[in-house]
Amino acid sequence: MTALDDLCVTFRRGPLQALIGPNGAGKTSLLNCLCGLYRPQEGSITLTDEAGAEHRIDRLPPHRIARLGIARTFQNIELFKHMTVLDNLMLGRHAHMEGSVLSCGLYWGRQQAREIEHREEVERIIDFLELQPIRRTRVGNLAYGQQKLVELGRALALQPEFLLLDEPMAGMNSEEKEALARYVLDVNEEWGVTTVVIDHDMDVVMDISDHVAVLDFGRKIAEGTPEQIRMDRAVVEAYLGDEHGNGGVGL
Amino acid sequence: MSDDVRSGPAADRGGAAPRVSSPATLPGLLVSRARVTPDAVALREKEFGVWQEMTWAGYLDRVRRFSLGLWALGVVPGDKVAIIGDNRPEWVITELAAQALGAVPVGIYQDSVLEELRYVLEASGARIVVAEDQEQVDKILDVRGQLPGIERIIYHDAKGLGVYDSEHLLFFPIVEELGEALDREQPDLFETTLQTLDPNDVALLCTTSGTTSTPKLAMLSHTNLISMAEQLQQVDPMVAEDDVVSFLPLAWIGEQMVTLSWALIVGFTIDFPENSGTVRRDLREIGPKAIVSPPRIWESMVSEVQVKMEDSTPLKRYVYDWSMAVGKDMADARFDGRVASSVLVWKHRLAEALTLLPLKDQLGLRHIRRAYTGGAALGPDVFRFFHAMGVNLKQLYGQTEVSGLSVVHRDGDIRFQTVGRPLPGTEVKIAENGEILTRSPAVFLGYHGDEQATAEALEDGWLRSSDAGYMDDHGHLVVIDRAKDVMILADGTTFSPQFIENQLKFSPYVREAVVFGGDGPFVAALVAIDYENAGKWAERHQVAYTTFTDLAQKPEIYALVTDHLTEVNATLPPAARICRFLLLHKQLDADDAELTRTRKVRRRFIAERYAELVEALYGKGDRLDVETEIAYQDGRTATVRHELRIETLGATDGVRPTDTPEPPAPGPTGTPAPSDRSEAT
Repeated sequence: MTALDDLCVTFRRGPLQALIGPNGAGKTSLLNCLCGLYRPQEGSITLTDEAGAEHRIDRLPPHRIARLGIARTFQNIELFKHMTVLDNLMLGRHAHMEGSVLSCGLYWGRQQAREIEHREEVERIIDFLELQPIRRTRVGNLAYGQQKLVELGRALALQPEFLLLDEPMAGMNSEEKEALARYVLDVNEEWGVTTVVIDHDMDVVMDISDHVAVLDFGRKIAEGTPEQIRMDRAVVEAYLGDEHGNGGVGL
Repeated sequence: MSDDVRSGPAADRGGAAPRVSSPATLPGLLVSRARVTPDAVALREKEFGVWQEMTWAGYLDRVRRFSLGLWALGVVPGDKVAIIGDNRPEWVITELAAQALGAVPVGIYQDSVLEELRYVLEASGARIVVAEDQEQVDKILDVRGQLPGIERIIYHDAKGLGVYDSEHLLFFPIVEELGEALDREQPDLFETTLQTLDPNDVALLCTTSGTTSTPKLAMLSHTNLISMAEQLQQVDPMVAEDDVVSFLPLAWIGEQMVTLSWALIVGFTIDFPENSGTVRRDLREIGPKAIVSPPRIWESMVSEVQVKMEDSTPLKRYVYDWSMAVGKDMADARFDGRVASSVLVWKHRLAEALTLLPLKDQLGLRHIRRAYTGGAALGPDVFRFFHAMGVNLKQLYGQTEVSGLSVVHRDGDIRFQTVGRPLPGTEVKIAENGEILTRSPAVFLGYHGDEQATAEALEDGWLRSSDAGYMDDHGHLVVIDRAKDVMILADGTTFSPQFIENQLKFSPYVREAVVFGGDGPFVAALVAIDYENAGKWAERHQVAYTTFTDLAQKPEIYALVTDHLTEVNATLPPAARICRFLLLHKQLDADDAELTRTRKVRRRFIAERYAELVEALYGKGDRLDVETEIAYQDGRTATVRHELRIETLGATDGVRPTDTPEPPAPGPTGTPAPSDRSEAT
């Protein structure tokens, strides 16, 4: 049993990047390492901030990493099902909330003003993702595709610099996929959030990303533009390999 | 247009006439509004979850800036400015800004498919298009190759458009900035341009509904639009403190009348919902005082309540049924002009407290003073439903060509089978061939670029409607149907297919119905089920289904619809009873040109498209295979194949396909005799 291996991947600030690979390649494990859910025993993960300073993040707890500007979504939706969409998004603002027990307990004044600021930020996201009709709906009552959107919204509420999306389009129909692809592009292009999409559905990913890295059994087997990846022999082999037609991935 | 038509009530509008511009134009009205009540709320839009307000002064300011911005872009009087998008302040700002320059706005339905969009842009010859968002901009860019006349596309929701690299694209606020700069250079420009406007010039190109043909562009003048609103205001006064929610397409003349002309002459507040998905919630928050809407909205409200009640507990259902029965008794007493007995009054008070008021509140109709339905006939059952609840629902009748309406029910004088009495200032007469003719200051100037059609529609200042109708003894107009649609049944009586269809549509499980029978030996129907409601019914009754087509062909659903049709048949004269029907394998859709954009059935188009099905209805078999082309949202098409079942109704006293027709049915020839049946329900 090996969890990851000789991996060396660099994500740059700015572009929309994709990390792809067959099932079990280690995509989600890598993501869990990046956001602090797993602690790697060997190797290091470094985040270079805008000033150029380097932070080792592989020993930091998840909430510290979140505060450094890394947000993620989960492959299996991890929302609070009994809370409304609005509350779930407000929760995403938690990393940016401050105040003592006393000032929060009193609420009126400073904390109230802050809550309004947070709400404005959340409303901007609701407007962006067109969640207005379901603002007050409990997440548990929503369709799967909508829950995925809410999860993206919650990650955005963190105001991340890096957004890691773990299979954002899994289980969606083609219309929902197209809508989501648009949102992801807009997040990257208009909000300037560095976005990493992890998926094994190559169709959409190849269409929208600027740069693609391919993993297989914990190793990076290729890296480059979508066109280069399409032509890459190692990738074709990893995907099609000896088991023709197992995953139904079209290259 | 003749001169006597021009001197409508709008021409002698007195009061505090401002010096700078004629109040007889829509932008002129805005200027005087902004002077008289600058700080009153003109528009309200829900954005970021909060109702954002715009005062009349702020409204004028934005119109002024955008208008000058258009001027700076080279828009000159007579130019056409197309507008496409959801109901937003920018829509009305653009319209008034274009009008202030003497340019002509053209409204396009926001859900138009590429071909419809291309047609309207081409027919109008628009130079500038103001589009709401990326979706609309994409559509315009798609057809732009065929339309070199389009110079600029102005958008106001920038989401996703930041990366578009086109010199033709402009952001709305940028145009406003251009206008501001121009305003600093030439501060009098806006007012002087306004002064040159002629109230009898074209103020709006409005697409006709297109139930019978491709939509035409009706030219409406300021005088037309304002006189219409003034006539309605005389009958049903609104006050400046009122609220109205603008949620139906602004390309539709009914919404135009309320949101633009009526609001401008009265000064009430227009509220724009957050987006199309929040309309019901926003309606409830605002509690509008008036709603003008096509029948579809009212029908869907009824279906929604019916289905929810069926899902409810027996106790709640009992209370609901009892309350609605009391409400209907009360409504009937009012219609007949009777004084309700004190027992009924007390029962009604209880019913209101228990059910009727909360129900009205749920539907957003709590504060409704008047609700209107227009565009097509509404079934009497739907009417009674709303009146039982205490909603003053009134029928109105009119066309795009008379700026919306010419005939309306008066308060307290409502008859289901009529559309009411002509507005003051509107004359209605019946031609010898039974066609309804209208003359009023609101009658349009003609069709844009189609003189032949104009000549056919206008005769000595009278507008021909192609609707058949008659005046009843109370001075009410009765509209039978489109003259060409009136059926002559096997026994020789004439009958309105729409009337039967409305009966069928009262079932929450029937979305649309198209009845045939004019040429055949008996009446037959194509029925489209209501996917959502029939789907819920199927779930409740453990009927598994996958798609619309699958559900529609389930024997249980056939049985459900058969029961309803049998009930309806019992209320119809024998010759008008439906003998055979089939459930359509797809929903009727405006994208397939089966419905108009206001969701009216395009009967003749359907007869053509489903000729095979209609033939089978009159044939012998009870099964047939069909192949249809389906248009997807993105304009692609695909072909699908299905087997459909034809159900023959076993009404023993009805006219069977094999029977010889019975002797003439009761009811005078030449009338649909709807009153007989509305009592039978």
